[in-house]
Amino acid sequence: MKEYFFDCAVIGGGAAGMAAALEVEKSGFRAVIVERENTLGGILLQCIHNGFGLHEFKEELSGPEYAGNFSEMIYASGVKVFLESTVMEIGEAQGKIHELYCYSAVYGVFTVKAKSVILAMGCRERNRGNIGIPGTRPAGIMTAGLAQRLVNIDGYIPGKEIVIVGSGDIGLIMARRMTWSGCKVHAVIEIQPYPSGITRNIVQCLEDFSIPLYLSHIVSSINGKDRIESVDVTPLRDGIADEEKTFRIGCDTLLLSVGLVPENELSRKAGIRLNPQGSGPFVDSYLMTSRDGIFACGNVLHVHDLVDFVTKESRTAGANAVKYLKSALSARQYKVVSGSNVRYVVPQKFNFEDVSQFYLRSMIVKNDAQIEVKINNHLIKSVKQNHVQPSEMISVSLKKEELAKVTSVNDPELEISII
Amino acid sequence: MKKEYICIACPVGCHLVLEEKSKDDIKVTGNRCSRGESYAREEYSEPKRTVTATCSADNGRIPVKTNRPILKEHIDSLLKEIYSINIDTLVERGDVIIKNYADTGVDVVATGSSAGKIKS
Repeated sequence: MKEYFFDCAVIGGGAAGMAAALEVEKSGFRAVIVERENTLGGILLQCIHNGFGLHEFKEELSGPEYAGNFSEMIYASGVKVFLESTVMEIGEAQGKIHELYCYSAVYGVFTVKAKSVILAMGCRERNRGNIGIPGTRPAGIMTAGLAQRLVNIDGYIPGKEIVIVGSGDIGLIMARRMTWSGCKVHAVIEIQPYPSGITRNIVQCLEDFSIPLYLSHIVSSINGKDRIESVDVTPLRDGIADEEKTFRIGCDTLLLSVGLVPENELSRKAGIRLNPQGSGPFVDSYLMTSRDGIFACGNVLHVHDLVDFVTKESRTAGANAVKYLKSALSARQYKVVSGSNVRYVVPQKFNFEDVSQFYLRSMIVKNDAQIEVKINNHLIKSVKQNHVQPSEMISVSLKKEELAKVTSVNDPELEISII
Repeated sequence: MKKEYICIACPVGCHLVLEEKSKDDIKVTGNRCSRGESYAREEYSEPKRTVTATCSADNGRIPVKTNRPILKEHIDSLLKEIYSINIDTLVERGDVIIKNYADTGVDVVATGSSAGKIKS
Protein backbone atom coordinates (compact mmCIF):
# COMPACT_ATOMS: atom_id res chain seq x y z
CA MET A 1 0.00 0.00 0.00
CA LYS A 2 1.24 3.45 -0.87
CA GLU A 3 2.18 5.67 2.08
CA TYR A 4 2.48 9.44 2.31
CA PHE A 5 4.05 11.37 5.19
CA PHE A 6 2.93 14.80 6.38
CA ASP A 7 3.19 16.96 9.47
CA CYS A 8 -0.56 17.51 9.52
CA ALA A 9 -3.41 15.68 7.80
CA VAL A 10 -6.71 17.53 7.41
CA ILE A 11 -9.83 15.43 6.82
CA GLY A 12 -12.31 17.38 4.69
CA GLY A 13 -11.73 20.18 2.17
CA GLY A 14 -14.60 22.52 3.01
CA ALA A 15 -14.40 25.90 4.70
CA ALA A 16 -12.94 24.44 7.89
CA GLY A 17 -10.37 22.14 6.30
CA MET A 18 -9.05 24.78 3.91
CA ALA A 19 -8.56 27.44 6.60
CA ALA A 20 -6.89 24.96 8.97
CA ALA A 21 -4.53 23.57 6.29
CA LEU A 22 -3.46 27.07 5.17
CA GLU A 23 -2.63 28.00 8.75
CA VAL A 24 -0.42 24.92 9.15
CA GLU A 25 1.34 25.38 5.81
CA LYS A 26 1.96 29.08 6.55
CA SER A 27 4.08 28.09 9.53
CA GLY A 28 6.39 25.97 7.42
CA PHE A 29 4.90 22.57 8.22
CA ARG A 30 3.59 20.26 5.49
CA ALA A 31 -0.18 19.82 5.35
CA VAL A 32 -2.43 17.57 3.28
CA ILE A 33 -6.19 17.74 2.69
CA VAL A 34 -8.10 14.54 2.01
CA GLU A 35 -11.44 15.39 0.35
CA ARG A 36 -14.00 12.89 -0.92
CA GLU A 37 -15.63 15.13 -3.58
CA ASN A 38 -13.93 16.13 -6.84
CA THR A 39 -13.68 19.83 -5.86
CA LEU A 40 -12.62 21.73 -2.77
CA GLY A 41 -15.34 23.81 -1.13
CA GLY A 42 -17.67 21.39 0.63
CA ILE A 43 -21.23 22.48 1.27
CA LEU A 44 -20.46 26.08 0.21
CA LEU A 45 -20.58 25.00 -3.44
CA GLN A 46 -24.30 24.29 -3.30
CA CYS A 47 -25.07 27.43 -1.25
CA ILE A 48 -25.34 29.71 -4.27
CA HIS A 49 -27.23 32.40 -2.32
CA ASN A 50 -25.35 35.40 -0.97
CA GLY A 51 -24.59 36.49 2.58
CA PHE A 52 -21.22 34.82 3.14
CA GLY A 53 -17.96 36.52 4.01
CA LEU A 54 -19.07 39.79 5.65
CA HIS A 55 -16.59 39.24 8.49
CA GLU A 56 -13.85 37.47 6.55
CA PHE A 57 -13.76 39.42 3.28
CA LYS A 58 -15.79 42.53 4.28
CA GLU A 59 -18.18 41.94 1.37
CA GLU A 60 -21.22 39.82 0.71
CA LEU A 61 -20.32 36.75 -1.32
CA SER A 62 -22.16 33.67 -2.51
CA GLY A 63 -21.03 30.26 -1.25
CA PRO A 64 -19.08 29.30 -4.40
CA GLU A 65 -17.24 32.65 -4.28
CA TYR A 66 -16.26 32.17 -0.64
CA ALA A 67 -15.07 28.64 -1.41
CA GLY A 68 -13.33 29.88 -4.57
CA ASN A 69 -11.32 32.48 -2.63
CA PHE A 70 -10.02 29.77 -0.31
CA SER A 71 -9.35 27.10 -2.91
CA GLU A 72 -7.29 29.62 -4.88
CA MET A 73 -5.22 30.23 -1.75
CA ILE A 74 -4.84 26.46 -1.24
CA TYR A 75 -3.59 25.88 -4.78
CA ALA A 76 -1.23 28.86 -4.51
CA SER A 77 0.21 27.38 -1.29
CA GLY A 78 2.13 24.16 -0.83
CA VAL A 79 -0.81 22.26 0.65
CA LYS A 80 -1.14 18.82 -0.95
CA VAL A 81 -4.72 17.92 -1.91
CA PHE A 82 -6.13 14.44 -2.49
CA LEU A 83 -9.53 14.85 -4.18
CA GLU A 84 -12.04 12.01 -4.64
CA SER A 85 -10.41 10.30 -1.67
CA THR A 86 -12.28 9.06 1.37
CA VAL A 87 -10.76 8.47 4.80
CA MET A 88 -12.18 5.15 5.91
CA GLU A 89 -10.60 4.99 9.32
CA ILE A 90 -8.20 6.73 11.66
CA GLY A 91 -5.98 3.93 12.87
CA GLU A 92 -4.27 3.58 16.22
CA ALA A 93 -1.31 5.93 16.55
CA GLN A 94 2.07 4.25 16.00
CA GLY A 95 4.08 6.06 18.61
CA LYS A 96 3.29 9.71 17.85
CA ILE A 97 2.33 9.05 14.22
CA HIS A 98 -1.33 8.87 13.20
CA GLU A 99 -2.45 6.73 10.29
CA LEU A 100 -5.37 7.52 8.00
CA TYR A 101 -6.57 4.68 5.78
CA CYS A 102 -7.91 6.16 2.54
CA TYR A 103 -9.36 4.85 -0.69
CA SER A 104 -9.90 6.60 -3.97
CA ALA A 105 -10.89 5.86 -7.55
CA VAL A 106 -7.95 8.04 -8.59
CA TYR A 107 -5.16 7.03 -6.19
CA GLY A 108 -6.27 3.56 -5.11
CA VAL A 109 -5.90 2.51 -1.51
CA PHE A 110 -3.33 4.48 0.44
CA THR A 111 -2.22 5.49 3.92
CA VAL A 112 -1.55 9.02 5.07
CA LYS A 113 0.81 9.14 8.04
CA ALA A 114 0.90 12.39 9.98
CA LYS A 115 2.17 13.77 13.27
CA SER A 116 -1.11 15.60 13.78
CA VAL A 117 -4.65 15.37 12.39
CA ILE A 118 -7.38 18.01 12.03
CA LEU A 119 -10.96 16.76 11.81
CA ALA A 120 -12.95 19.02 9.45
CA MET A 121 -15.65 16.70 8.09
CA GLY A 122 -18.57 19.07 8.65
CA CYS A 123 -22.06 17.99 9.58
CA ARG A 124 -25.08 16.04 8.37
CA GLU A 125 -28.75 16.87 8.15
CA ARG A 126 -31.24 15.28 10.49
CA ASN A 127 -33.73 13.21 8.55
CA ARG A 128 -37.28 11.92 8.79
CA GLY A 129 -36.18 9.13 11.12
CA ASN A 130 -34.75 11.66 13.59
CA ILE A 131 -38.06 13.43 14.12
CA GLY A 132 -40.35 10.43 13.65
CA ILE A 133 -43.12 11.70 11.36
CA PRO A 134 -45.85 9.03 11.14
CA GLY A 135 -47.44 7.94 7.86
CA THR A 136 -46.56 6.11 4.69
CA ARG A 137 -43.13 5.98 3.08
CA PRO A 138 -43.65 7.35 -0.42
CA ALA A 139 -41.15 9.04 -2.74
CA GLY A 140 -40.74 12.82 -2.65
CA ILE A 141 -39.45 13.25 0.92
CA MET A 142 -35.92 14.55 1.31
CA THR A 143 -33.77 16.89 3.34
CA ALA A 144 -33.60 20.53 2.25
CA GLY A 145 -29.86 20.23 1.69
CA LEU A 146 -30.32 17.33 -0.71
CA ALA A 147 -32.91 19.32 -2.65
CA GLN A 148 -30.46 22.22 -2.68
CA ARG A 149 -27.81 20.02 -4.25
CA LEU A 150 -30.25 18.64 -6.83
CA VAL A 151 -31.40 22.12 -7.88
CA ASN A 152 -28.17 24.12 -7.67
CA ILE A 153 -25.51 21.62 -8.73
CA ASP A 154 -27.28 18.94 -10.75
CA GLY A 155 -30.05 21.13 -12.20
CA TYR A 156 -33.02 18.93 -11.25
CA ILE A 157 -36.28 20.17 -9.74
CA PRO A 158 -37.38 17.51 -7.22
CA GLY A 159 -41.08 18.48 -7.33
CA LYS A 160 -43.56 21.27 -8.00
CA GLU A 161 -45.84 21.48 -4.94
CA ILE A 162 -43.67 21.87 -1.87
CA VAL A 163 -44.18 21.75 1.89
CA ILE A 164 -41.21 22.39 4.17
CA VAL A 165 -40.88 20.98 7.70
CA GLY A 166 -38.75 23.05 10.03
CA SER A 167 -37.83 26.71 9.71
CA GLY A 168 -34.06 26.26 9.80
CA ASP A 169 -32.09 28.50 7.48
CA ILE A 170 -31.57 25.85 4.80
CA GLY A 171 -35.33 25.26 4.66
CA LEU A 172 -36.02 28.99 4.33
CA ILE A 173 -33.35 29.44 1.66
CA MET A 174 -34.88 26.51 -0.20
CA ALA A 175 -38.37 28.03 0.04
CA ARG A 176 -37.06 30.97 -1.98
CA ARG A 177 -35.02 28.80 -4.33
CA MET A 178 -37.98 26.55 -5.16
CA THR A 179 -40.22 29.58 -5.69
CA TRP A 180 -37.63 31.17 -7.96
CA SER A 181 -37.42 27.85 -9.82
CA GLY A 182 -41.11 27.95 -10.68
CA CYS A 183 -42.46 25.75 -7.86
CA LYS A 184 -45.20 26.56 -5.37
CA VAL A 185 -44.21 26.44 -1.70
CA HIS A 186 -47.42 25.93 0.25
CA ALA A 187 -46.22 26.17 3.82
CA VAL A 188 -43.37 26.00 6.30
CA ILE A 189 -44.26 24.01 9.44
CA GLU A 190 -42.31 24.73 12.65
CA ILE A 191 -42.81 22.85 15.93
CA GLN A 192 -41.36 25.66 18.07
CA PRO A 193 -43.31 28.83 18.87
CA TYR A 194 -40.52 30.88 17.22
CA PRO A 195 -38.70 30.47 13.89
CA SER A 196 -35.40 28.59 14.03
CA GLY A 197 -33.88 30.53 11.13
CA ILE A 198 -32.64 34.12 11.19
CA THR A 199 -35.04 37.03 10.72
CA ARG A 200 -33.49 38.14 7.47
CA ASN A 201 -34.37 34.77 5.91
CA ILE A 202 -37.91 34.86 7.30
CA VAL A 203 -38.42 38.22 5.61
CA GLN A 204 -36.61 37.64 2.33
CA CYS A 205 -37.43 33.96 1.77
CA LEU A 206 -40.99 33.68 3.13
CA GLU A 207 -42.66 37.08 3.46
CA ASP A 208 -41.45 38.24 0.05
CA PHE A 209 -43.45 35.39 -1.47
CA SER A 210 -46.32 35.31 1.06
CA ILE A 211 -45.41 31.75 2.10
CA PRO A 212 -47.28 30.92 5.33
CA LEU A 213 -45.17 29.97 8.37
CA TYR A 214 -47.09 27.80 10.84
CA LEU A 215 -45.42 28.14 14.25
CA SER A 216 -46.25 25.60 17.00
CA HIS A 217 -47.48 23.16 14.34
CA ILE A 218 -46.35 19.65 13.45
CA VAL A 219 -46.71 17.37 10.46
CA SER A 220 -48.83 14.62 12.01
CA SER A 221 -49.06 12.37 8.96
CA ILE A 222 -47.53 11.82 5.55
CA ASN A 223 -50.05 10.54 2.99
CA GLY A 224 -49.58 8.92 -0.42
CA LYS A 225 -48.69 5.51 -1.76
CA ASP A 226 -45.99 5.79 -4.42
CA ARG A 227 -45.46 9.54 -4.32
CA ILE A 228 -46.33 11.82 -1.42
CA GLU A 229 -49.78 13.37 -2.01
CA SER A 230 -50.41 15.43 1.11
CA VAL A 231 -49.43 16.04 4.70
CA ASP A 232 -51.64 16.46 7.76
CA VAL A 233 -50.72 19.45 9.89
CA THR A 234 -51.74 19.72 13.54
CA PRO A 235 -51.41 22.77 15.79
CA LEU A 236 -49.92 22.39 19.25
CA ARG A 237 -51.68 23.82 22.29
CA ASP A 238 -49.46 24.01 25.37
CA GLY A 239 -47.17 21.54 23.67
CA ILE A 240 -49.91 18.96 23.04
CA ALA A 241 -51.30 18.18 19.59
CA ASP A 242 -54.79 19.62 19.15
CA GLU A 243 -55.96 16.84 16.86
CA GLU A 244 -59.40 18.25 16.14
CA LYS A 245 -57.79 21.21 14.39
CA THR A 246 -55.76 19.05 12.01
CA PHE A 247 -55.83 20.23 8.38
CA ARG A 248 -54.44 18.80 5.16
CA ILE A 249 -52.07 20.38 2.63
CA GLY A 250 -51.61 18.80 -0.80
CA CYS A 251 -48.03 18.48 -2.04
CA ASP A 252 -45.76 16.30 -4.15
CA THR A 253 -42.57 17.04 -2.23
CA LEU A 254 -41.73 17.39 1.45
CA LEU A 255 -38.45 19.05 2.39
CA LEU A 256 -37.00 18.56 5.87
CA SER A 257 -34.98 21.31 7.52
CA VAL A 258 -34.90 19.96 11.04
CA GLY A 259 -31.38 20.55 12.21
CA LEU A 260 -27.80 19.51 11.65
CA VAL A 261 -25.54 17.18 13.61
CA PRO A 262 -21.76 16.90 13.46
CA GLU A 263 -20.48 14.05 11.29
CA ASN A 264 -19.14 11.73 14.00
CA GLU A 265 -18.62 8.37 12.26
CA LEU A 266 -14.84 8.61 11.89
CA SER A 267 -14.34 10.21 15.28
CA ARG A 268 -16.42 7.60 17.07
CA LYS A 269 -14.60 4.74 15.35
CA ALA A 270 -11.29 6.35 16.29
CA GLY A 271 -12.29 6.19 19.96
CA ILE A 272 -12.53 9.98 20.28
CA ARG A 273 -14.64 11.12 23.21
CA LEU A 274 -17.81 12.92 22.10
CA ASN A 275 -19.54 15.76 23.91
CA PRO A 276 -23.16 14.76 24.56
CA GLN A 277 -24.39 18.41 24.62
CA GLY A 278 -22.90 19.80 21.41
CA SER A 279 -22.73 16.30 19.93
CA GLY A 280 -19.29 16.83 18.33
CA PRO A 281 -15.97 15.74 19.87
CA PHE A 282 -15.05 16.87 23.35
CA VAL A 283 -12.13 19.33 23.01
CA ASP A 284 -9.74 21.13 25.33
CA SER A 285 -8.78 24.81 25.16
CA TYR A 286 -6.57 24.04 22.13
CA LEU A 287 -9.45 22.37 20.26
CA MET A 288 -7.60 19.09 20.75
CA THR A 289 -9.79 16.00 21.13
CA SER A 290 -9.32 13.23 23.66
CA ARG A 291 -6.72 11.71 21.31
CA ASP A 292 -3.30 13.37 21.51
CA GLY A 293 -2.51 15.37 18.36
CA ILE A 294 -6.01 15.13 16.85
CA PHE A 295 -7.83 18.48 16.63
CA ALA A 296 -11.38 19.37 15.50
CA CYS A 297 -12.88 22.52 13.99
CA GLY A 298 -15.87 23.80 12.03
CA ASN A 299 -19.20 22.00 11.87
CA VAL A 300 -17.73 18.65 12.88
CA LEU A 301 -17.03 20.23 16.27
CA HIS A 302 -20.32 22.10 16.63
CA VAL A 303 -22.77 23.47 14.06
CA HIS A 304 -22.06 27.11 13.19
CA ASP A 305 -24.48 29.56 11.63
CA LEU A 306 -21.86 31.66 9.85
CA VAL A 307 -19.05 30.28 7.69
CA ASP A 308 -16.92 33.24 8.79
CA PHE A 309 -16.87 31.79 12.32
CA VAL A 310 -15.94 28.38 10.91
CA THR A 311 -12.94 29.97 9.21
CA LYS A 312 -11.88 31.76 12.38
CA GLU A 313 -12.18 28.66 14.55
CA SER A 314 -10.34 26.53 12.00
CA ARG A 315 -7.41 28.94 11.85
CA THR A 316 -7.16 28.58 15.62
CA ALA A 317 -7.19 24.79 15.29
CA GLY A 318 -4.47 25.01 12.60
CA ALA A 319 -2.35 27.34 14.74
CA ASN A 320 -2.73 24.98 17.71
CA ALA A 321 -1.70 22.00 15.59
CA VAL A 322 1.45 23.97 14.74
CA LYS A 323 2.12 24.59 18.43
CA TYR A 324 1.61 20.89 19.03
CA LEU A 325 4.14 20.06 16.30
CA LYS A 326 6.58 22.39 18.07
CA SER A 327 5.74 20.71 21.40
CA ALA A 328 4.51 24.06 22.68
CA LEU A 329 1.08 23.08 24.01
CA SER A 330 1.71 22.97 27.69
CA ALA A 331 -0.94 24.90 29.57
CA ARG A 332 -2.79 23.06 32.28
CA GLN A 333 -6.44 22.46 31.40
CA TYR A 334 -9.43 23.25 33.59
CA LYS A 335 -13.10 22.39 33.26
CA VAL A 336 -15.73 24.53 31.49
CA VAL A 337 -19.43 23.94 32.20
CA SER A 338 -22.68 25.23 30.68
CA GLY A 339 -24.64 27.34 33.17
CA SER A 340 -28.30 28.30 33.13
CA ASN A 341 -29.99 28.70 29.72
CA VAL A 342 -26.87 27.53 27.87
CA ARG A 343 -27.22 24.46 25.65
CA TYR A 344 -23.49 23.96 25.17
CA VAL A 345 -20.13 25.70 25.36
CA VAL A 346 -17.16 24.92 23.10
CA PRO A 347 -14.39 24.27 24.06
CA GLN A 348 -15.04 22.29 27.23
CA LYS A 349 -11.71 23.21 28.83
CA PHE A 350 -9.81 26.46 29.40
CA ASN A 351 -6.37 27.52 30.52
CA PHE A 352 -4.91 30.58 32.19
CA GLU A 353 -2.12 31.23 29.69
CA ASP A 354 -3.89 32.11 26.43
CA VAL A 355 -6.76 34.25 25.22
CA SER A 356 -9.84 32.05 25.52
CA GLN A 357 -12.50 32.03 22.84
CA PHE A 358 -15.79 30.37 23.71
CA TYR A 359 -18.76 29.65 21.48
CA LEU A 360 -22.13 28.90 23.02
CA ARG A 361 -25.77 28.47 22.20
CA SER A 362 -28.72 29.80 24.13
CA MET A 363 -31.73 27.69 25.07
CA ILE A 364 -33.97 30.75 25.32
CA VAL A 365 -35.20 33.71 23.27
CA LYS A 366 -34.65 36.99 25.12
CA ASN A 367 -33.99 40.69 24.59
CA ASP A 368 -31.46 42.51 26.79
CA ALA A 369 -29.79 39.38 28.06
CA GLN A 370 -26.59 39.18 30.06
CA ILE A 371 -23.82 36.64 29.45
CA GLU A 372 -22.02 35.88 32.70
CA VAL A 373 -18.70 34.15 33.04
CA LYS A 374 -17.84 32.86 36.49
CA ILE A 375 -14.99 30.88 37.92
CA ASN A 376 -16.01 29.05 41.07
CA ASN A 377 -18.79 31.61 41.55
CA HIS A 378 -16.51 34.65 41.16
CA LEU A 379 -17.92 36.82 38.38
CA ILE A 380 -15.06 37.58 35.98
CA LYS A 381 -16.94 38.94 33.00
CA SER A 382 -20.42 40.11 32.14
CA VAL A 383 -21.42 40.99 28.59
CA LYS A 384 -24.66 42.62 27.55
CA GLN A 385 -26.37 41.00 24.59
CA ASN A 386 -29.22 42.90 22.88
CA HIS A 387 -30.89 39.71 21.82
CA VAL A 388 -30.31 35.98 22.26
CA GLN A 389 -32.04 33.07 20.54
CA PRO A 390 -31.09 29.42 19.94
CA SER A 391 -30.35 29.98 16.25
CA GLU A 392 -27.76 32.70 16.85
CA MET A 393 -24.40 31.45 18.09
CA ILE A 394 -22.85 33.61 20.81
CA SER A 395 -19.11 34.15 21.13
CA VAL A 396 -17.30 35.30 24.25
CA SER A 397 -13.59 35.90 24.54
CA LEU A 398 -11.59 36.25 27.70
CA LYS A 399 -8.26 38.00 28.00
CA LYS A 400 -5.47 36.67 30.17
CA GLU A 401 -5.90 39.62 32.55
CA GLU A 402 -9.58 38.86 33.03
CA LEU A 403 -8.75 35.29 33.95
CA ALA A 404 -5.87 36.40 36.15
CA LYS A 405 -8.37 37.75 38.71
CA VAL A 406 -8.88 34.24 40.03
CA THR A 407 -5.68 32.28 39.56
CA SER A 408 -5.41 31.56 43.24
CA VAL A 409 -8.60 29.46 43.35
CA ASN A 410 -8.24 25.74 43.96
CA ASP A 411 -9.64 23.46 41.28
CA PRO A 412 -11.06 26.26 39.10
CA GLU A 413 -14.20 25.58 37.10
CA LEU A 414 -15.47 28.11 34.55
CA GLU A 415 -19.21 28.48 34.05
CA ILE A 416 -20.98 30.51 31.36
CA SER A 417 -24.65 31.36 31.82
CA ILE A 418 -27.28 33.53 30.18
CA ILE A 419 -29.54 35.57 32.44
CA MET B 1 -50.93 54.76 4.36
CA LYS B 2 -49.47 52.47 7.03
CA LYS B 3 -47.02 49.60 6.49
CA GLU B 4 -45.40 47.15 8.87
CA TYR B 5 -41.93 45.65 8.53
CA ILE B 6 -39.59 43.47 10.54
CA CYS B 7 -36.13 44.97 10.48
CA ILE B 8 -33.37 42.69 9.19
CA ALA B 9 -30.40 44.94 9.94
CA CYS B 10 -29.51 42.85 13.00
CA PRO B 11 -30.85 39.80 14.89
CA VAL B 12 -33.08 41.84 17.25
CA GLY B 13 -35.73 42.12 14.52
CA CYS B 14 -37.54 45.33 15.52
CA HIS B 15 -41.17 45.59 14.43
CA LEU B 16 -41.27 48.78 12.39
CA VAL B 17 -44.30 50.82 11.46
CA LEU B 18 -44.04 53.25 8.56
CA GLU B 19 -46.71 55.88 8.18
CA GLU B 20 -47.07 58.14 5.17
CA LYS B 21 -49.25 61.16 5.83
CA SER B 22 -48.11 63.00 2.73
CA LYS B 23 -45.22 62.60 0.33
CA ASP B 24 -42.92 64.67 2.51
CA ASP B 25 -44.19 63.39 5.82
CA ILE B 26 -43.09 59.79 6.29
CA LYS B 27 -42.61 58.57 9.84
CA VAL B 28 -40.99 55.36 11.06
CA THR B 29 -41.61 54.07 14.58
CA GLY B 30 -40.64 50.94 16.49
CA ASN B 31 -36.96 51.08 15.50
CA ARG B 32 -34.27 50.91 18.17
CA CYS B 33 -31.58 52.40 15.96
CA SER B 34 -31.19 54.49 12.82
CA ARG B 35 -30.61 51.45 10.62
CA GLY B 36 -34.22 50.47 11.22
CA GLU B 37 -35.46 53.79 9.91
CA SER B 38 -33.48 53.63 6.67
CA TYR B 39 -34.44 49.98 6.18
CA ALA B 40 -38.17 50.77 6.41
CA ARG B 41 -37.85 53.76 4.07
CA GLU B 42 -36.05 51.72 1.45
CA GLU B 43 -38.46 48.77 1.75
CA TYR B 44 -41.31 51.23 1.28
CA SER B 45 -40.04 53.29 -1.61
CA GLU B 46 -37.83 50.95 -3.61
CA PRO B 47 -37.38 47.43 -2.21
CA LYS B 48 -34.39 45.66 -3.73
CA ARG B 49 -32.93 42.18 -3.53
CA THR B 50 -29.76 40.47 -4.66
CA VAL B 51 -30.81 37.64 -6.97
CA THR B 52 -28.86 34.40 -7.17
CA ALA B 53 -29.60 31.52 -9.53
CA THR B 54 -27.90 29.09 -11.88
CA CYS B 55 -27.54 29.07 -15.67
CA SER B 56 -27.43 25.94 -17.68
CA ALA B 57 -24.06 25.13 -19.20
CA ASP B 58 -23.00 22.41 -21.59
CA ASN B 59 -22.13 20.13 -18.71
CA GLY B 60 -23.65 21.18 -15.38
CA ARG B 61 -24.88 24.45 -13.91
CA ILE B 62 -23.03 27.74 -13.43
CA PRO B 63 -24.00 29.76 -10.32
CA VAL B 64 -24.69 33.45 -10.99
CA LYS B 65 -25.75 36.54 -9.02
CA THR B 66 -26.68 40.15 -9.62
CA ASN B 67 -23.67 42.35 -8.86
CA ARG B 68 -25.91 44.60 -6.74
CA PRO B 69 -29.48 44.44 -5.42
CA ILE B 70 -32.13 44.88 -8.09
CA LEU B 71 -35.66 46.32 -7.72
CA LYS B 72 -38.05 43.53 -6.71
CA GLU B 73 -40.38 44.20 -9.65
CA HIS B 74 -37.64 43.10 -12.09
CA ILE B 75 -36.89 39.77 -10.41
CA ASP B 76 -39.38 37.49 -12.21
CA SER B 77 -38.41 38.63 -15.70
CA LEU B 78 -34.72 38.58 -14.80
CA LEU B 79 -34.99 34.95 -13.65
CA LYS B 80 -36.70 34.00 -16.92
CA GLU B 81 -33.82 35.55 -18.82
CA ILE B 82 -31.20 33.77 -16.68
CA TYR B 83 -32.94 30.39 -17.17
CA SER B 84 -33.10 30.90 -20.95
CA ILE B 85 -29.31 31.13 -21.24
CA ASN B 86 -27.10 28.19 -22.08
CA ILE B 87 -23.40 28.83 -21.59
CA ASP B 88 -21.28 26.98 -24.14
CA THR B 89 -17.95 28.65 -23.49
CA LEU B 90 -15.52 28.57 -20.58
CA VAL B 91 -16.62 30.91 -17.84
CA GLU B 92 -14.52 32.25 -14.99
CA ARG B 93 -15.76 33.53 -11.66
CA GLY B 94 -16.66 37.23 -12.10
CA ASP B 95 -17.40 37.02 -15.85
CA VAL B 96 -20.43 39.10 -16.86
CA ILE B 97 -23.26 36.91 -18.16
CA ILE B 98 -25.88 39.65 -18.66
CA LYS B 99 -24.78 43.28 -18.99
CA ASN B 100 -26.98 46.12 -17.65
CA TYR B 101 -30.19 44.12 -17.37
CA ALA B 102 -33.22 46.11 -18.63
CA ASP B 103 -31.27 49.36 -18.17
CA THR B 104 -31.25 48.90 -14.40
CA GLY B 105 -27.47 49.23 -14.28
CA VAL B 106 -27.37 45.75 -12.74
CA ASP B 107 -25.14 43.03 -14.23
CA VAL B 108 -25.47 39.28 -13.76
CA VAL B 109 -22.07 37.74 -13.06
CA ALA B 110 -20.83 34.15 -12.71
CA THR B 111 -19.98 33.19 -9.13
CA GLY B 112 -18.29 29.92 -10.11
CA SER B 113 -16.15 28.82 -13.01
CA SER B 114 -16.98 26.18 -15.56
CA ALA B 115 -13.47 24.72 -15.62
CA GLY B 116 -13.76 20.99 -15.97
CA LYS B 117 -17.49 21.19 -16.56
CA ILE B 118 -17.43 21.79 -20.31
CA LYS B 119 -17.07 18.84 -22.64
CA SER B 120 -14.04 19.26 -24.88
